Amino acid sequence: MGDVLNLNVNESVDRTIAAEPVIGPCAFGNLEELESVPLDRRVMVIGGGICGITAAIDLGNAGYQVVMVDRLPSIGGRMLQLSETFPTLDCAQCTLTPRTVETGQHPKVTLKMNCEVEKLDGGPGDFKVLIRQKITYVDWNKCTGCGTCIQKCPTKSAAMFERDAGLMTAIYTLSPQAVPNKPVIDADRCRYLTKGKCGVCAKVCPVGAIDYEQKESLFEVNVGAIIVATGFDVYDWKNKMPELGGGKIPDVIDGLTFERYLSASGPSAGAMVRPSDGVEPKEIVFIQCVGSRNPEYHKSYCSRVCCMYTAKHARLYKHKVRDGQVYIFYIDIRSTGKGYEQFIQQSVSEEGIIYIRGRAAKLYEENGKVMVQGADTLTGRKVEIAADLVVLAAALVPNEGALELAEILGLTCNKDGFFVEEDYKLSSIETERQGIYIAGCCQGIKDIADTSAQGSAAASKVQVFLSSIRRQKQNVV
Amino acid sequence: MKYPYFPGCTLYTKAKKLDEAGRECSRRLGFELDELPDWTCCGATFPLVNDYHIAMSGPTRILADTKDQGGDKLVTLCSVCFNVLKRTNYVMRTDEERRAKITDFIERDYHGETEVMHYLQVLRDDIGFDQLKEKVGKPLEGLKVACYYGCLLLRPVKEIGLDNMENPTIFEDFVRALGAEPVEFPFKIECCGAFQTVHSMDVATRCSRNILNSARNSGADLVITTCPLCQFNLDDRQPEILKSEPDFATIPVVYFTQLLALALEMSAADLGFERNLIDPLPVLQAKGVVGD
Repeated sequence: MGDVLNLNVNESVDRTIAAEPVIGPCAFGNLEELESVPLDRRVMVIGGGICGITAAIDLGNAGYQVVMVDRLPSIGGRMLQLSETFPTLDCAQCTLTPRTVETGQHPKVTLKMNCEVEKLDGGPGDFKVLIRQKITYVDWNKCTGCGTCIQKCPTKSAAMFERDAGLMTAIYTLSPQAVPNKPVIDADRCRYLTKGKCGVCAKVCPVGAIDYEQKESLFEVNVGAIIVATGFDVYDWKNKMPELGGGKIPDVIDGLTFERYLSASGPSAGAMVRPSDGVEPKEIVFIQCVGSRNPEYHKSYCSRVCCMYTAKHARLYKHKVRDGQVYIFYIDIRSTGKGYEQFIQQSVSEEGIIYIRGRAAKLYEENGKVMVQGADTLTGRKVEIAADLVVLAAALVPNEGALELAEILGLTCNKDGFFVEEDYKLSSIETERQGIYIAGCCQGIKDIADTSAQGSAAASKVQVFLSSIRRQKQNVV
Repeated sequence: MKYPYFPGCTLYTKAKKLDEAGRECSRRLGFELDELPDWTCCGATFPLVNDYHIAMSGPTRILADTKDQGGDKLVTLCSVCFNVLKRTNYVMRTDEERRAKITDFIERDYHGETEVMHYLQVLRDDIGFDQLKEKVGKPLEGLKVACYYGCLLLRPVKEIGLDNMENPTIFEDFVRALGAEPVEFPFKIECCGAFQTVHSMDVATRCSRNILNSARNSGADLVITTCPLCQFNLDDRQPEILKSEPDFATIPVVYFTQLLALALEMSAADLGFERNLIDPLPVLQAKGVVGD
């Protein structure tokens, strides 16, 4: 009977880990489907980015029941923030949204949003994962996703999805294409929750889904295997690299923020403007290896995708600003994927992009420009450029909380915080814990092609593992 | 409180006021700089090659002397001396092989026990800027100060460790304690041209001009420094800059101890401002820091 999901009230749950939250039914996402299949058909995917999505769809199509857990209100992850992707320059959202929608509607996939893994019990083939359902202040079972609350919310502040480049309301979905299309309230910004006055969203909600009294809850999910795909974040260059202005110069932004400016759904609706005054930048400087390949002070590793996305940024910029001039500071160009080198060569020969081999040492503001001091190591000269906008290809790092998750799941992280695989070459998906698999950027930075390949690989590893469990059981019987 | 003190050669000649004001201020703040007897030159540059040990024998002897006299801290005022002594001490503490070679040669027993401190560090860590603020008799209100660090006070950060090398704040905190207002300017840690001034004066002129313009554009009334060489370049190059750029706005460059002395109510007449090519008195008088 171990196959039956013990969902609603679990006496064995250790209540000491959280005094306040009550253990009860999960707020949204019916887990009955999960209960209907045996344990060796149930998988949890932690992280709803392109990697987790790929794994979930593969597993779902193969007949496995998947629970996808993400701490954000909707799936899609980092890729949803991107504008167009290399080397084909196709729109990231156009490629991704069919897959997010497919995941959201897949009969075999249950989304558990605003959730974090709290504790792990059990073992391979029979993991009991305790999940913390964070407070959303919106009853998703009632919410129809009509969006009236978002339209009427009077509080607007910097939007995290837009990398603070645009505004968002206190009740929000991450993006207009959010899956699930249900809003949450940010308690730190909400007027009602901070000052006790407002309550507009509750008034306008036609179904009474707003619940300011909502409590945090815990629930347990019983699965056979787990895929960890928690992704990456951008290195904290604002605090760690004062020589680049420390985030205080408005026209110095990182690559992910620039993606939002390039994106048609971004804060400028795709118009090429700079943050400080909304003027079209005519001279733009890209700096690669910001915090990467710098063992003495920052990250020793190569972040792997920056050479390509910087060339992509430069080209997309040139497509928007024909008379603009692009300078790229680089150490060397790493374009090792299929069609990547051709992409770089085309950028140099056809788009008139100037590559300067060297690092930029210092950025500062002068007369409305960002002064870039750097070196051209091929000519041995100091270079100084008065730029309108500077874009930093900042190092990519494991997502926040990866170390804590590793501790909960019993995985190991390397010194940079990436999950450690069983063997880098031959079993990069497997971990030291049988039944738990890692995929995507949480294992090491990689591009979208490699990430989704690893997502599929993880799905297939899970199937191999769970079918071996099935065989063992049959043999026993 | 008594600190063993290493003035260094320049503070006996060109940078006399850095030294004199520093000593007098220490008395007023309740600590004493006890000059090491028979000190020698620190070497003025930390050897740039790893096996040039002879250049470290001088500073090692100074550090060993401090230890033998029972001092555990050695205070300097000059950025160059601070840099050479601190880095030599780092080698003494961390590199057994090189330490053995050098101490064998000078026949001393020394393992890096002395703590090399800059005067600013004494103010920050031992006295405390809060305490300093209380002892200031004449707050330098309304004076806008560009805090120029230069290189040697901060780098290499692993060996020096005084403050963040890219965005240090110790100098600004010091200025705030005196009641003056520090200005942010992007060239505060740029090189002044240093020893280039000996053989390629135009390099030093160019470097100094960038720093001074940046300070001036940020609204500073004057520039302060800890380093005699920086002070020399920044002050001495200004008439040269004026020759090629008649529009250039000059700005006085003084030692931080001179500013400290004013805040501790020493008379401007005793601070030797007449040695500055760009006279700081007019701006100090205009701001009411010094009486007419």
